[in-house]
Amino acid sequence: MPFIPHTDDDVREMLAECGVERINELFDEIPDSLISKSLSAIPRGLSEMEVSRLMHDASRREGVFLNFIGAGAYEHHIPAAVWQVATRGEFYSAYTPYQAEASQGTLQVLYEYQSMMCSLTGMDVANASLYDGASALAEAVLMSVRLHKSARRVLLPTALHPAYRATVRTIVSNQGIEIVEVPYCRDSGRTLLDSVKTELSTGAAALVIAQPNFFGVLEDVDALTELAHGAGVTVIGCVNPVTLALLKPPGQWGEQGADIAVGDGQPLGIPLSSGGPYFGFLACRQNLVRQMPGRVVGRTVDLEGKPGFTLTLQAREQHIRRSKATSNICTNQGLAVTAAAIHLSLLGAEGLRRVAAQSHANMKRLLGIISGIEGASQRFDSAYFHEAVVVLSVPAQTVCRSLLEEGVIAGYQLGAQYPELGEALLICTTETRTETDLQLYAAAMARCLEGAPQKTKVT
Amino acid sequence: MLIFDQSRTGRRAQAQSPKRAAQIDIARNLLREDDLLLPAVSEMDVVRHYTRLSQQNFSIDTHFYPLGSCTMKYNPRACNALAMLPGFVGRHPLAPAKTGQAFLSFMHELQTMLCEVTGMKAVSLAPMAGAQGEFAGVAMIRAYHESRGDSGRSEIIVPDAAHGTNPATATMCGYKVREVPTDGDGNVDLAALSAVVGPQTAGLMLTNPSTLGVFERTIEQIRQVVHNAGGLLYYDGANLNAILGRVRPGDMGFDVIHMNLHKTFSTPHGGGGPGAGPVGVNERLKPFLPVPIVERVEDAYVMIDEVQRPQTIGRLSAFMGNPGVLLRAYVYARMLGREGMRRVADFATLNANYLMAKLRRFGFELAYPERRASHEFIVTLQALKSETGVTAMDFAKRLLDKGFHAPTTYFPLLVPECLLIEPTETESKQTLDAFAAAMKEILDEARTQPELVRQAPHAMPVRRLDDVRAARQLDLRWMAT
Repeated sequence: MPFIPHTDDDVREMLAECGVERINELFDEIPDSLISKSLSAIPRGLSEMEVSRLMHDASRREGVFLNFIGAGAYEHHIPAAVWQVATRGEFYSAYTPYQAEASQGTLQVLYEYQSMMCSLTGMDVANASLYDGASALAEAVLMSVRLHKSARRVLLPTALHPAYRATVRTIVSNQGIEIVEVPYCRDSGRTLLDSVKTELSTGAAALVIAQPNFFGVLEDVDALTELAHGAGVTVIGCVNPVTLALLKPPGQWGEQGADIAVGDGQPLGIPLSSGGPYFGFLACRQNLVRQMPGRVVGRTVDLEGKPGFTLTLQAREQHIRRSKATSNICTNQGLAVTAAAIHLSLLGAEGLRRVAAQSHANMKRLLGIISGIEGASQRFDSAYFHEAVVVLSVPAQTVCRSLLEEGVIAGYQLGAQYPELGEALLICTTETRTETDLQLYAAAMARCLEGAPQKTKVT
Repeated sequence: MLIFDQSRTGRRAQAQSPKRAAQIDIARNLLREDDLLLPAVSEMDVVRHYTRLSQQNFSIDTHFYPLGSCTMKYNPRACNALAMLPGFVGRHPLAPAKTGQAFLSFMHELQTMLCEVTGMKAVSLAPMAGAQGEFAGVAMIRAYHESRGDSGRSEIIVPDAAHGTNPATATMCGYKVREVPTDGDGNVDLAALSAVVGPQTAGLMLTNPSTLGVFERTIEQIRQVVHNAGGLLYYDGANLNAILGRVRPGDMGFDVIHMNLHKTFSTPHGGGGPGAGPVGVNERLKPFLPVPIVERVEDAYVMIDEVQRPQTIGRLSAFMGNPGVLLRAYVYARMLGREGMRRVADFATLNANYLMAKLRRFGFELAYPERRASHEFIVTLQALKSETGVTAMDFAKRLLDKGFHAPTTYFPLLVPECLLIEPTETESKQTLDAFAAAMKEILDEARTQPELVRQAPHAMPVRRLDDVRAARQLDLRWMAT
């Protein structure tokens, strides 16, 4: 019996202790009519050897591609030590650290992780993680509405990740919160300050600022923060943690800094894995800590005065407050966060800065090469980080299909979400792309566009 | 010692970073000016530090975890190894479906297997944890009523024994929470339930077997009371392990359920997550399922989204939940197969009833002595506390010294000084015997040397921690001195 260690003798002795003859009798409180029949749609069990063959064959069938999509999930180098250590059984198979004395390992990792996230974001406190970036943003939005006396209206830029906007709507809509989208400038790709000003004047609980935004464009975060704070509105920064090695962290935006910073921690050592598990981070200013959702670890002392770690501020959480909790969240992404803490320790400040700088430099280089290709051009004229929008003279889908034939994933097609941008691709480079990769990409794109009828460029 | 305390200026793990890039092309006012405070350590420093920290944890791989309602069973290593194959971990979530046909076919099969084992008509794998599954479930209940123009339903009913996530979820979905009491046998009080249902009832959230470790024998009457009032029935899958392969929530009449794959399908708890909380529905709730959903269209597997499912409650994450967790659950389900799934309930129930019988013989007081245990049961130490001053908390801490993780304590809230004990099917009789012997030893210690128990633990890396100080003098991060 897979994963059931009982011998026949064991079962006999155990049934005797229970005072029954058959296991079936232990279910005698359940009405007979409810006992299910054979589960015919479930295949018979496989041995580890058989399932292993199945999965290895499948993994090979999926193939290997040179990837140029970012759009919220980024392919960075992950040191071998990260997952070898994170998947040690003592981390992998541990429970939530409610029994602090038996969980000092996980608790200290979480405390170190919180410290690293505070430093990255420039905020005072960070929680021990949420599910992913999009749901973390939704939690931040709920937090901002709790902080505001009356407004139940939150401003999201249209230049924020479309799936983040969709997730926020799903999670907050049942609480009567209104989501207002703020448009972006068609030339610069930046959120329109004038539109922000107009929307702020009619009252809002929060303004979300994405840096970089979905187009990879860098927003004028200082100006946006000042506008919002001037109107007494909470500022939520939605950021990519790798970029914070170079970019001004949310805690330093404007005069006082953003109030809450969130984002997806995937770029910090988490593999792409078709979308997860990743982790969301949420950091905020000290005075908001009691409104923060999710688990938090604190350092304290034991009864002999020795330092130790424990979950704290649990009075905010569902298992204590029930219907009055700050969120229904229970799970965090403990294992992913363990990997992130190891990853950040291995890279250090200098390593992370180099990763960020090289990712940026690669995009600059790629855009330089692409600018020489007829039928492809950079869409926006503003500063970018490691992603950019490129518009094409032929359908984006044609280019994607053609490049896929050559083993290249060309980018994320923006047409469905942003039809106003025309045949547009969002492309990304991280530090993992070599000069050869960039040349290969550009050459494949040039071949695809060569001889194609040229449309007038959208400018 | 923290990793930060090991920093030395100028030290780093050089193999892990690229060469220094050329000048970057970003305006000064957008750049960071202060130092980023990350550890400055070598690769070996990092590996040693985190390996040592891991050794300060209890885990399933090292200890027995009789943690009620948490289903801490063995996490087969194959599930991890196979989910981490390069074809799976390397795939970008927005890469064309063509590049992930094997992965998507596994997700489709997983949806089918979960439908079959729960008796539901359709499953979405989107929710990233149990609580998010609950959110999706209650949001679907709301969407269903609203789609019928039935807008006066403002309450969700929750038994007093429910997990805290149930009432917290109802609040997040904009509902008022109404609690119903439990009767003396551990069942939902039917008369009280009948009195609170009405045109304002959106639904009832129920765990069955309940968190009291007993099967709701009157489930059919409960179903009728709720359905007759026009409400829907929500199944909290926290205790699905107790009935896996034996009884299906769909056959009990539930309209919507969530499952915790990190419990029933043995994906790792990882020190607090990630989990996965798929939702299953009957026919009438199908249009509202969260997206994306994997479907087979002609010969290809594709992800269905808002465009194809206009009535969906929407998206719960940026991509598609936690695929890596789902893959582990898939491998586990394939290894168990249909026979193995049924054995889960059989042996989880045998282990719980055996341990319950043995502890009773050793002198422990059961909360529901007249009932069968499901996959878990409750011991109450109230009498012991009056006799010796030893509390459930003390007892739990002393178990750590004996090499066992503590059972769930002080939950459910309505049983005083309780230990909620769930052994799971993957533990052997010999482990259960050793645990029962340790329980007996502590019972004796409580009577002969109560201070020893009240001061426990003694053999952990730290003694009992000052939680009050932790909450009052907040120290939530390291700061450079």
